[in-house]
Amino acid sequence: MLNVQQLTGGYSGEKVVNDISFSVNKGELFGILGPNGSGKTTLLKMLTGILPFAGGKAYIKGKPIEEYKLKELAKVAAILPQHSSQTFSFTVKETVSLGRYAHQKGLFQTWTEEDESVVMEVMKQTEVDPFAHHDLNELSGGERQRVYLAQALAQKPEILFLDEPTNHLDLSFQKSLLDTLKRWTKEQGLTVVSIFHDLNLAGLYCDRLLLLENGKIQKEGLPDEVLEEDRIRSVYRTKIMKQPHPSVPAPQLVLLPEGETEGDLSINESMLSFSLEHIVLKAPFPLKTMSSGVVGSGTGWHKNFVNRHVDRRYDCSDHRNEMREYLRSYNFEPVETVGMMTAVILEDVCHHFYEGSNFSVLVVVTAGVGNSVDASKSDAHSSGMKPGTINTWVFVNGVLTEEAYIQAIVTASEAKAKAMSDMEVKDLITGTIATGTSTDSILIAATQRGSGLDYAGTITSLGKIIGKGVHECTCRAIQKSRERAGS
Amino acid sequence: MQKSYTRTFLNNPATAYIIALVFLVAAMLAAISVGTVSVPVRDIIAIIGNEVFHLPFAREIEPMHTNIVMNIRLPRVILAGLVGASLAIAGAAFQGLLRNPLADPYTLGVSSGASVGAVITLFFGFTIPGAGQFTLPIMSIVFAFLTITAVLFFVRKIDPVMKVETIILTGIIFSSFLGALISLMIALTGDELRQIIGWLLGSVSMRGWDYIKILLPFFLVGSLLLLFNGKELNAMSFGEERARHIGVNVQKRKMVILAAGSILTGGAVAVSGTIGFVGLVIPHLTRLVWGPDHTHLLPLSILTGSGFLILADLVARTVISPTEIPIGVITSIAGAPVFAAILMKKQRERRGMTNA
Repeated sequence: MLNVQQLTGGYSGEKVVNDISFSVNKGELFGILGPNGSGKTTLLKMLTGILPFAGGKAYIKGKPIEEYKLKELAKVAAILPQHSSQTFSFTVKETVSLGRYAHQKGLFQTWTEEDESVVMEVMKQTEVDPFAHHDLNELSGGERQRVYLAQALAQKPEILFLDEPTNHLDLSFQKSLLDTLKRWTKEQGLTVVSIFHDLNLAGLYCDRLLLLENGKIQKEGLPDEVLEEDRIRSVYRTKIMKQPHPSVPAPQLVLLPEGETEGDLSINESMLSFSLEHIVLKAPFPLKTMSSGVVGSGTGWHKNFVNRHVDRRYDCSDHRNEMREYLRSYNFEPVETVGMMTAVILEDVCHHFYEGSNFSVLVVVTAGVGNSVDASKSDAHSSGMKPGTINTWVFVNGVLTEEAYIQAIVTASEAKAKAMSDMEVKDLITGTIATGTSTDSILIAATQRGSGLDYAGTITSLGKIIGKGVHECTCRAIQKSRERAGS
Repeated sequence: MQKSYTRTFLNNPATAYIIALVFLVAAMLAAISVGTVSVPVRDIIAIIGNEVFHLPFAREIEPMHTNIVMNIRLPRVILAGLVGASLAIAGAAFQGLLRNPLADPYTLGVSSGASVGAVITLFFGFTIPGAGQFTLPIMSIVFAFLTITAVLFFVRKIDPVMKVETIILTGIIFSSFLGALISLMIALTGDELRQIIGWLLGSVSMRGWDYIKILLPFFLVGSLLLLFNGKELNAMSFGEERARHIGVNVQKRKMVILAAGSILTGGAVAVSGTIGFVGLVIPHLTRLVWGPDHTHLLPLSILTGSGFLILADLVARTVISPTEIPIGVITSIAGAPVFAAILMKKQRERRGMTNA
């Protein structure tokens, strides 16, 4: 559809784009990326015949662009610019109708039935038909952008060029515009070449991407290939991180703000507070957490950590909401808080601070073994949520990788199972040694400042301390709980 | 939503043309009828029917009335109408092309150029051999052409893409320069001062049929060129790049529109002097009532512009009769407040829009 070969050019002699070659197939959504001044818009202006070439060739449907007459080109290629200015208050329909200019013939440019039906069709597609007779300046920015899109579509183009189409649009229209374009590429074989400012949108919607740097091609290929962490970091000279999209196989890049990782605060026992109602750790800044609490579970950033005592007969029907209400009543913002529940008497808590070589770990465990279960024989138990009885908190003063979080959970679980075994806690139904209780919760929280800890397997320096700490604290907590039951 | 209502009611093009035509005819009849000697409308119709269309109207008409209508008032009204139409359609076209509702033929310096041509003729008092009394209009048109050519040449030198901003700026620079030349000549002139000032303020009186013959071909050529570019003007009022994307040959069309606008302005200035605000206010009001679509805006501006200038001329010669006020004074007195009101309304709209 579009074939560009060694294209070079720019404004009055100065070469803004240099030796650009790529091709776009019919029905593709092709994204052009690059930092400011990398030549994106210049490239688009050259491809749409606004700027002359200093060298190279560009073909649309196999024919060089400069050999197209303006009207012919307008029938094949349409452009939705970044900003459109309008001076006079044309109505929406008048504006869209202008898109038919190239299709009208003769000195008097008669308006045919085909023109009319195309205009009605594109106004429906872009959902601007309800305000067909409104003035353009009565519309919102997003609606106006849709009108200009309709105008471009009224040209019945085979290839559509867009310059940052989502600029100045709110989130919902960004999505609906790109969803629509994507659908048209698939259903009608429309080819779309678009400049994107937002790398994540580009990664989400484009079939292929072209990354420009200083007027040259840095990389062309699939979104996942182009949007590599190191490449984007160097091209945009900024700190970013790449993450997978949570529900779609597309790369997402997130910015890393500067100045946040200053300071040498570490989490220690002085931040803990105890009462009969709850055990609380208030961190001075948010920690990155991976947890299975009632509130704030999964991964996230949290400042407050609450282990709440509930009665054995606690009604668990809507425990999440009830827990949120509880947290609010104690002035903990639920979105900043990881909250857990336990029926254990909180005086039986056991905590200890461990120093590693260049990091430190705080372990806090509350344990009761009332409904212990042997995980290998759990079929014998009935299902149902009961308040957790072994709640393990591990705070790490260091920078953990994603894998370190998972390894830390595994290590902590193993240490807990070992503690159960050493304390000879039995599954009351099967009579075998238990591995935990039916509703245990775990929290791994790290400050993400200080030294990097890539792994937390059992024989790594971090894993060793987590294993030892969790084992010790769990044993002591079980012992305390037993002593209370005995006394 | 008063405006939306008026626009839907009057938006039917047929209604628009009928209203504009009725306005023009009424203005013409009024202007021919009223004066020191009052001519009844029925007589006017009979005289024009007899003399122009050679229809057998059996009606007793005073020969003096026939003389007044045919030799004084009718040519004067037609000339005023042609000048008004030329200025209005040229203004509409320039505004569309420059995407600036405040632009007018004068912004490009075309009118100053024409004025310089005329003032030079008056200052040196010379006659082109064979041209006789037509030296003044011919010089005006020639100078209008020279000026627009020079302006476009400079614009192209400064900015090969010929952005509208560059054109306006260059036009203003030329206007100032040419205005200074005119002032210089006025300062140096002695006895001719009154004649030059009178010409500068504009008038359509005592020009006769000869001036109509001078203006008519220019009016026809210029208007037709513009009428065939209505769609292109629509496209270009969305910006030149946008127009190009839609498929308009911007470079060529822009040249045609500028040339046509200069022919119209040059011709009008030559026969009537500098008459301001017609090219600004008429397209603006027409657009306000019937919308900005140039395929209708241009012909409607012809009708309303001529009607407006005919009425302005009527006022100019009757208000403190027998003394005549220069017509440019009337159009400025009527036009400037309207223009200011439009400007204020536009500002309010813009503020309302940003608040919304």
